[in-house]
Amino acid sequence: MVATPEIALTGEGAALEDAYPEPPVRRFEALHFAVRNAKLVVGLVVVLAFLVAAIAGPWLTDATPFEFGYPLGEPPSSAHWLGTTAPGQDVYSQFVYGLRSSFVVGALAATVAALLGMAIGFLGGYLGGVVDEVLSVITNIVLVIPTLAVLIIVSAYLSVGSVASEALLIGLTSWPWAARAIRAQTFSLASRDFVSLARLSGQGTVKVIAKEIAPNMSSYLFLTFILLFGGAVLIAATLDFLGLGPSQVMSLGLMLNNAVSNAALQLGMWWWFIPPGVGITAIVGGLYIMNVGLDEVFNPKLRRT
Amino acid sequence: MSLAVDNLRVYYRTLRGDVRALDGATFTVQDGEIMGVAGESGCGKTTLGKSLIRLDGRMRVAEGTVTLDGVELPIADDRAMDTYRFRHVSIVPQYAMSALNPIRRIGRMISELLSSRGVSYDETLPELRRRLALVGLEDDVLDRYPIELSGGMKQRVVMVLSTLMNPSLLVADELTSALDVSTQKAVAEMLVEFRDRGFVKSTIVITHDLSILYQIADTILVMYAGKLVEKGPAAEITEDPRHPYTRLLIASLPEVGVRFEERRLTGIAGRPPSLLRPPTGCRFRARCPLATEECAEEPPFVELAPGRHAACWKAAA
Amino acid sequence: MLRVDGVTKVFRTGLFGSGSQTAVSGVSFDVRPGEVVSLIGESGSGKTTVGRMILRLTTATAGTISFEGEDVAGFGRRDLRRYYARVQGVFQDPFSSYNPVFKVDRVLGMLRSNYLPGLSDQEWKRTLRSSLEAVSLEPADVLGKYPHQLSGGQLQRLMVARALLLEIELLVADEIISMLDASTRIDVLNLLGDLKRRGLGILFITHDLSLGNYISDRTLILRRGRVVELGPTPKVFGDPRHSYTRALLSCVPQLHRKWSDEAGSSAASENGDSTAVIANGGGLVAVGDDHFVASEDERA
Repeated sequence: MVATPEIALTGEGAALEDAYPEPPVRRFEALHFAVRNAKLVVGLVVVLAFLVAAIAGPWLTDATPFEFGYPLGEPPSSAHWLGTTAPGQDVYSQFVYGLRSSFVVGALAATVAALLGMAIGFLGGYLGGVVDEVLSVITNIVLVIPTLAVLIIVSAYLSVGSVASEALLIGLTSWPWAARAIRAQTFSLASRDFVSLARLSGQGTVKVIAKEIAPNMSSYLFLTFILLFGGAVLIAATLDFLGLGPSQVMSLGLMLNNAVSNAALQLGMWWWFIPPGVGITAIVGGLYIMNVGLDEVFNPKLRRT
Repeated sequence: MSLAVDNLRVYYRTLRGDVRALDGATFTVQDGEIMGVAGESGCGKTTLGKSLIRLDGRMRVAEGTVTLDGVELPIADDRAMDTYRFRHVSIVPQYAMSALNPIRRIGRMISELLSSRGVSYDETLPELRRRLALVGLEDDVLDRYPIELSGGMKQRVVMVLSTLMNPSLLVADELTSALDVSTQKAVAEMLVEFRDRGFVKSTIVITHDLSILYQIADTILVMYAGKLVEKGPAAEITEDPRHPYTRLLIASLPEVGVRFEERRLTGIAGRPPSLLRPPTGCRFRARCPLATEECAEEPPFVELAPGRHAACWKAAA
Repeated sequence: MLRVDGVTKVFRTGLFGSGSQTAVSGVSFDVRPGEVVSLIGESGSGKTTVGRMILRLTTATAGTISFEGEDVAGFGRRDLRRYYARVQGVFQDPFSSYNPVFKVDRVLGMLRSNYLPGLSDQEWKRTLRSSLEAVSLEPADVLGKYPHQLSGGQLQRLMVARALLLEIELLVADEIISMLDASTRIDVLNLLGDLKRRGLGILFITHDLSLGNYISDRTLILRRGRVVELGPTPKVFGDPRHSYTRALLSCVPQLHRKWSDEAGSSAASENGDSTAVIANGGGLVAVGDDHFVASEDERA
């Protein structure tokens, strides 16, 4: 219970820090390891490349995703870089607009989930007691509910009309694991001396969390956000593919849905389903690889020099 | 002669250059001797202990040799040292609790460790049992998981294990520091018993606590800022310290019976120098009340009397 | 001034408190102005929990802690603020008391913004200087530095200086020197002695008997959450009445007296390591002036 190692600092490792003070180079140091981490760099390059395509891509074409009137089911050509769909739409414009909505859904849903997860995780972990128990029960209930099934039911009945409401739905169901992870971290930080000291200095709960606890797990929060982002992109694509997403907004999932319902696979129209498939896989995969890389950068124990 | 260390320098590599954690150590440990190494954090005592058994990734041997029973140890070569570890040189780690794999029964873990060293568990078992009994542990401890043992019990298991092959040298680093006073004493006394029974030839006990060394060590080596400061028989070091650092250090230790109201002790002003770019001359100079100009030149670690060494220009008298 | 009365702390474990662990059980003592009371115990004795309850960092399950007659448990936000203006704490690990990301000045600034907002920069500087002086720190040596640039001794003294910014009456010092090197810890200990002479009441929590003996006026020996012996320090150390106190004392490594000089202590020393539960009734019996011992006859 209170069995703290009384002499933890007499070990030479800590003593080195003590006797030979290092200047505050911690952020700088993280950067030093970041640029040398292949996983992080590869993941980041992939994700950024698609982000650039999502932002700048639509400028390079006059076509819009839902516009008909182009040649029917043409393979890629100089006029239509990624070919056209069976009913005569431009695949390139669908793809870049679809990327856009993927990123928007990911960012919005991850923000909603992160805010919820942080609020519940921080409060539960810091306050403990009854508050924690109630929050934990809520978290566990949401955690064991089969998220996708609920989403499918909810979106089927509510007929999701916009990217924002889709993101909100995803955000509202994907926070529990983040809350649990943040709660655990907060719980261990809350017993640290500097937190006690802030309380003795008259800091209120919110200030202690925002100024003492959160800064000490900023890298952790960042990782959580990235994972939530990747997860949201994947869930959104699934919903769209099932035809439960907004039908007025082009998305990668909707592209796949159209491709499949038009038997693009059987007709060998690879240019129709490969771009959205590759897009989803690369963004989600890139984010996860980035996450592993970042973990290695932030966590000195995982660093390989 | 059991152990001879000659001009050993071990540095830590950091992004900003070498930290001279151990900067020229020359000493011997006789057969049957328990030598205590004392000093404050950053004095190089742990580095010294590690360099005798296993360097960690950031350490490099800059200079010097270590000879055990007439054979030079390849301390810089991690692979080659494997031949010597456990059989000839062994260590009892500070946190024995964490050295034990929590999901292995003690017996199974010992058996795995022995077989990795090419020793038969079944043949060793009778002796293992005998020694466990000797330190007051029941036979069934082998069937238990580490979590079922108290801190002191784990420490004893690890000690029996470390000395099972009757190594020539045992290094115990802060063995008792994490233990409560009552357990501390039992574990410390066990070191003496192991030596008396011949389970180990010589022992190096590293600790920040001089009074523990006074209890169990034959000789004490005091270190400061990577250098050897003083060495001598335990009683002489505590009763008649020659180096100003040792003197001030001992004078700063409160003992049961000494009270603030009656006798105010004083500490040593200042802090140890950085070992990244250590100052020239005596490293204690900046904090030493006796320092004069001659201390700008480094005092050698010389023999003052048989068995007594010190590195101070003022200690010679 | 501070009165701890029959305080018990039970930690609940598991969901909805299905399990429980008693950390502190029926502890009573008081701290008067101008005295150092040491609370000595091994790991698991509950000594830190007692300190945290006094600082209201955690609440007592039973019993009362009162300061100047006011029940600490009943304090609302306002009262707690006023309480912290008079009662402060310093903790074990100097490096974890400071948020490593920020300069050390921050812990001082936090106190200023919450407690001394009306102070002009000039006045603040004066206050700061005088409290740094009280702990013999040179402002230029410590201000504007990051925690890792200072030694453990400097950091702990700065922690005490922080508490002195307020006109505190009680300081809870939890193992504040156990992580410091021998040559610097005595200076921090002497500092507590000097503050005591100026009228501060200090609760000195430690596992180290010689430190408690050196600095305190009265001593409390705690074992598994219960008070075993309580009395004036010279008496507890000079004439220990409880077998546990005696066993502890016989195990302390001394610099000029060997363990082997004292006979028959090793059996007692094994006691502390055994897992057998030795419950004592909790009732303390007076054995002399202000000297109390727990009864030993109720061994289970």
